[in-house]
This record gives sequence, structure tokens and C-alpha cells, in this order.
Amino acid sequence: MRKNHLLLAIVPIFASLAACSATVNTTTPAGTAASPGGKDAASAPGKSRLDTVISRGKLTCGVSGDLPGFSFVDQTGKYSGLDVDFCRALAAALFNDPEKVEYRNLTSKERFEVLKAGDVDLLSRNSTWTTGRDTGLGLEFVATMFYDGQGMMVNKTAGITKLEDLAGKSVCVETGTTTELNLADQMRKLNIDYKPLVFENGDATYAAYAQGRCEGVTSDRSQLAGRRTTLPKPEDHQVLEVVMSKEPLAPVVVNNDSRWADVVKWTVFTLTNADELGITAANVDEKLKSTDPVIKRFLGVEGTLGKDMGLPNDFTVKIIKAVGNYGEVYERNVGTGSKINLPRGINKLWNDGGLMYSPPFR
Amino acid sequence: MSTTKVPTKVPLWRDDRFWKITFQILAIITVLVIADFFLFNLRLNMAKRGSLFGFDFLGSQASFDIGEYLIPFQSQDAYGRAFLVGVLNSLKVMIIGVILTTILGVSVGIARFSNNWLVQKTVSTYVDLFRNTPILLQLLFWYFAVFSNLPKIENQIAVLGSFYISNRGLALPWLGDSPTAWSSLLGLIALAIAAFFVWQQRIKIMVEQGASGQNLLLVLLGMGVVALILFIFGLQWTFPVFTAGNKLNGGLSLSAEYCSLLLGLVFYTGAFVSEIVRAGIQSVAKGQWEAAKALGLNSGILMRLVIFPQALRVMIPPLTSEYLNLCKNSSLAIAIAYPDVYAVSSTILNQTGRAIEIVLMIMATYLLINLIIALAMNFLNSSVQIKER
Repeated sequence: MRKNHLLLAIVPIFASLAACSATVNTTTPAGTAASPGGKDAASAPGKSRLDTVISRGKLTCGVSGDLPGFSFVDQTGKYSGLDVDFCRALAAALFNDPEKVEYRNLTSKERFEVLKAGDVDLLSRNSTWTTGRDTGLGLEFVATMFYDGQGMMVNKTAGITKLEDLAGKSVCVETGTTTELNLADQMRKLNIDYKPLVFENGDATYAAYAQGRCEGVTSDRSQLAGRRTTLPKPEDHQVLEVVMSKEPLAPVVVNNDSRWADVVKWTVFTLTNADELGITAANVDEKLKSTDPVIKRFLGVEGTLGKDMGLPNDFTVKIIKAVGNYGEVYERNVGTGSKINLPRGINKLWNDGGLMYSPPFR
Repeated sequence: MSTTKVPTKVPLWRDDRFWKITFQILAIITVLVIADFFLFNLRLNMAKRGSLFGFDFLGSQASFDIGEYLIPFQSQDAYGRAFLVGVLNSLKVMIIGVILTTILGVSVGIARFSNNWLVQKTVSTYVDLFRNTPILLQLLFWYFAVFSNLPKIENQIAVLGSFYISNRGLALPWLGDSPTAWSSLLGLIALAIAAFFVWQQRIKIMVEQGASGQNLLLVLLGMGVVALILFIFGLQWTFPVFTAGNKLNGGLSLSAEYCSLLLGLVFYTGAFVSEIVRAGIQSVAKGQWEAAKALGLNSGILMRLVIFPQALRVMIPPLTSEYLNLCKNSSLAIAIAYPDVYAVSSTILNQTGRAIEIVLMIMATYLLINLIIALAMNFLNSSVQIKER
């Protein structure tokens, strides 16, 4: 009996000793994996997420998984969409293989926490770029992939043709999004008395709308167009013309990791610039033989733009071969090549009346 | 010749008391060290990510609307007020839920012992079905399969001209909101309490003095008439009236979200409560039943005065757990768009990003509510125990 007492006494002593020393050590391994974008990466040439991803050999992409046109997984487990194509472009730039991506479905509530914890390398999840998120949450929005706006989809059979018709009616909305705020602001501005129904996940929101529990559902116009195709009777529903807010959708990374943020940012600009220069997946091999110095620099035939970033010098060629240019990506996922059929609108190039503008590759 | 020996002092390492105290101290130190480790880790990581711990965000403007509220709320009000609205919505579900669950559970539990084959089979099917399916599925069933399929507001069903059912929810007549109505309500409650004491007194004098009890019966009848008058006229009932555009004026409107949450929780927890009631009744010795029947008591008095009070002693501790389960399960409201405290806090969390503070607030709220319920039930428990000499 007494022998056991002595042995038992040793256990808590060692536990406390281990805990004291572990306090300092345990946070750091978790720290380096989780936030290479932590404060240490900026001050010293420490480990960037770029190095972690390259050594891992695979990209981990946070997507939505339930939004047709942006990131959607079908019953065979295949991912498709604009955000998914962006991840594939990034994987092509890093590993010359667009399939070296692991997708993680994230709800709108958990997406930023999961990114901050380091469980995904970036978010390509139709996330709106706002001041609050960029500054207050420790995140970095790299460059706009898609200029969207918040809209309202209504049930035509309920006789609703404009926002004011929603007075006294219910509007379904998903929690955790800027949508709730914008809806409240708009309705307050127009002095419309409505009732919000806030659901936790997107499927429940649209299920309630489809069943007629609420007369309107609000979200980004691209999301509404995508979801409309999955409703039982799409012709009964109409996305109103009104645009209630600006929703620039951009990929997100963690703060203080410029090397990784640069790689993600210039992948976005590669797609836009290729569109501007008229380089497609089909003609990129031909364009490699071009004598135009702008194209030669862009495709890595001349200069060291890729190498300076930590990527292979012809990373733009790899991206274009994998997914095409921005126009091709757009049309394939949300444009004329898809069921959603959303016109490019302000997502056209700057010299065509839209907002997509890439800084020069020089 | 003394044979008593002077007791030698026991060395410290063989002294039982020393070891008992030492281990308790070591256990406390271990717990404190582990807790400190986690808190230190938390502070370190929060500082690394640039988040600060503090509750000052509760004063900022909420900028979102809430679907239903017991106290007035607008999007310009603060986050703190939004949280309070959520707490009140949760309490609305919890309190009514506990009352209805008790009624349903006790009735079903007692009905299990009925001699009617149909009643017994219905009850056992109900219990088996509702106990063995997950609560979330039941809530989704009530909301999407039952309430969403009710007729739309334009074609709503009107029962007795005053109760309206539609896919938006129920509309019932309700008390007015004037001083007369409130004072009538208080008067009714006071009358009920007074009537209870008069009744007790009447039984007492009939038993002890053999009096006829006629006078007190007349008093009670008089109180009944006054109560009836107060009920009909004093409470100033308002009836739901639908204006153009299907806006509701007057009456009480219970949204479909509230109703499905309430019904889902009540039916689910009621199945568990009925089994607890059945266990309690079965725990009463068979001799009690036989003795009561031998005395000629009919089944109503038998259950009410002999069996149930004895069953209550066994039932109350598990019943407390079921009430606490009901309160915690009410946090599933977010799946069906009812703005309870968890749903509202979820929105606040998304807008402000202050995960740790808000989770602490939610946990503290549920903990407080549950501790109060547990306290009340423990008090009830000690009051029904057999007082032994």
C-alpha cells in the first residue's frame, strides 16, 4: 500500500514539470505549422506557407462545396466551379499538376477560423472583401476574382416584383455572411418591415424558400443564379434587378505572409492578363513562339518573374494550360458554357467596359 | 505493574494523515498547473494572431435584424441587446417546453398502465418512435414536413373563427396589454391562491369537526363566479385580425419556427419523461396497489393519493436531467431559423470574430439556466422525501 503512494506521488510531479516546459514548446510547433503568416515570418526570413505547401507537394484549398458554379461537389466526388478552377490553377503553378489539390468543404461560419488555424492554405470560397475582415480578423484578401453584388430572388407566383413588395413578408438568409447586414441596411433605408429567417446552412435556407415558407431569399447574385438552377421549378423564381451591395469575391490567406500572398495574387492576375493578351489553353503553345516582348515576359520565355516569386519561371504557361484564361474559366463555370448563364457584366476586362484589370507582368 | 506502553511517535512517512493531505495538495496543484497551461497557451496564441480578449464589442451597433423578439429590437441597437433578445427567446421555449413536457410525459407514462389495448399500443409506439430517432431529424421533420406544408397565408385555416393556422405559424386570441388586463390577471392569480387555502380549510373542518362545509362551499362558488367575470371581461381578449397584405393585428402570433421547435422538443423529451414516470410507478410496491384496492379506492384516487406521491420520490432526479436536456437541446433552433440565444450569438460571432468571448457567454447562459432548474428540482426532491424519525 505505501509503495503505491510513493509511485502515485511521482506522477503529478512529473506532470507539472512537463506542463511547465511544454508551455513554451507546444505552442511553437503548432505555431509554425499554423501561422507561418505569424509575426515571426515578417520580421525574419522565416518559413512561409509557400515553402510548407511546396514541401508537402499538395495544396489544401478551403471551398464551399455546395454552390453550383463556384465550388460544387457532385455525387461522384468531383469538384467543379470558378473557385475550384482557381485552386487548380494555383496547383498547376506550384506543382504542374492541377489535380494536386485537397478540397475542404467549409461553412460560412467556420471558414475564417479554419484558415486562421492553418488547416487550409487559402480560402477560395466566394468570400467578400470587406474592411472589417481584412483588418480586424488577421486575414489578407489578395485580389478580386469576381465582382458580385447582393441581390434578392423572389417567387414570381407570390406576385412580388420589387423589394417594396416584401413588406410584411419573410426573407430567408444564411447565417455568418455579410448578407444579413446588407439586408438589414437596405430594408432600413427603404423603410420596409420584413421578417428575417436565419438558417445555419445553405441547403436549409433554399429548402425553406422552395417550400414557400419565405417569399424571398437573399444572397450574392451569382449564388442566387446558381441555386436557382437547383430549385424544383426555376421558371417560378426571378432574381430581381436590384443590387443591394458591392460584393467583391477574392481568395483569402492569413496575414503577414507576403511570399504566399504574392503567389496567390499573381495567379489571379495571370488569368486576367492572359485574357487581355488573348492567350487561351488552345493557343498557348503557339504563343510561346511569339516575338512580342510583352508575351515573352509574361510566359517566362524572357526574364525571371516566376523564379523571383519562388515558382517555376513558366508558371503562367502551366496555369493557362491547366484551366485556360479568365474568360474561359468564367464561361465554363458561370457563363454561357454552364446552366447558370450569368453575363460577364462588370467581370469583363477593363478595356471592354468591365473591372478586371491586371497590373503589368514586368 | 503497568502494562500500558507510551505510544511511540509514528514517523511522518508512515502517518496516514500526512499522505492524505499531501495527495490532496498535489491534486490541486496538478489541476491548477493544467488550467494555467491552457490559459497561458490561449493568451499566447491570441496575442500571436492579434486578437484581444474583452467584452467591449457588446456596445457596438448590431446592424442585423432578428426575426422575433419579446423586447423591442432594431438593427441600430447594440450587440448586448441582441444577446438579451436571444436569451429571452430561449427562455420562452424552455419554460413552456418544460411545462408541456411534464404534462405530456406524465399523461403518457400513466396511460402506459391503462387496460385499454389501443391506448397502450399507441403510447408504446409513440415512445419507441420518438425516443429512437435523433432530435435534429425530428425538428427538421416538424418544420419542413409539417409546418411548411400548411396552407399559405392567403388560404389559411380558421378554427372557430379565432384560431388561424398557416405556414407562417399560429395566430391565437390573447390578453390585452392595458393596466386593466394586468390587474385582472393578478386578481385571478390571487383568487386561485385564496381558493386553494379555502379548500384546505374546508377539508380540515369537515374532517376534524364533522361540519358540513356548506358555508365555505358557497364562498368558493362565489369566488368562482368572480373569477369567471374577470376572465371573460377583465382580461380584455384581443382577437387576431388580418388586414390587407396579410398583416396581423392583435392576438398572439406564434411563428412556425417557434411551434416546430416547441413541439419537436416536447414530443422528444416527453417520450423520455414518460419512461421515467413508468419506472417511478413500477417502483411502488405491488402491496400498495392491492391495499388501496382492498380499501375500496377507485383508480383515480388510487393513482393520485397513493401511488403517484410514492413514485415521485424515484422520478424527480432523472426528471431533472430530462429538463436540463430539453434546455440544452433548444440550441438546435438555428437549424430551423428560430432566433434563440445560440443562433443570435452565432451571428454576433460571425460579425465580430470574437469567438472565445461569445462562446464563454453562451456557456455561462446555459450553465446559469440549468443550475437554477437543478436547484429548484433538488429543493422539490428534498421536500418529497420520506421524513424518517
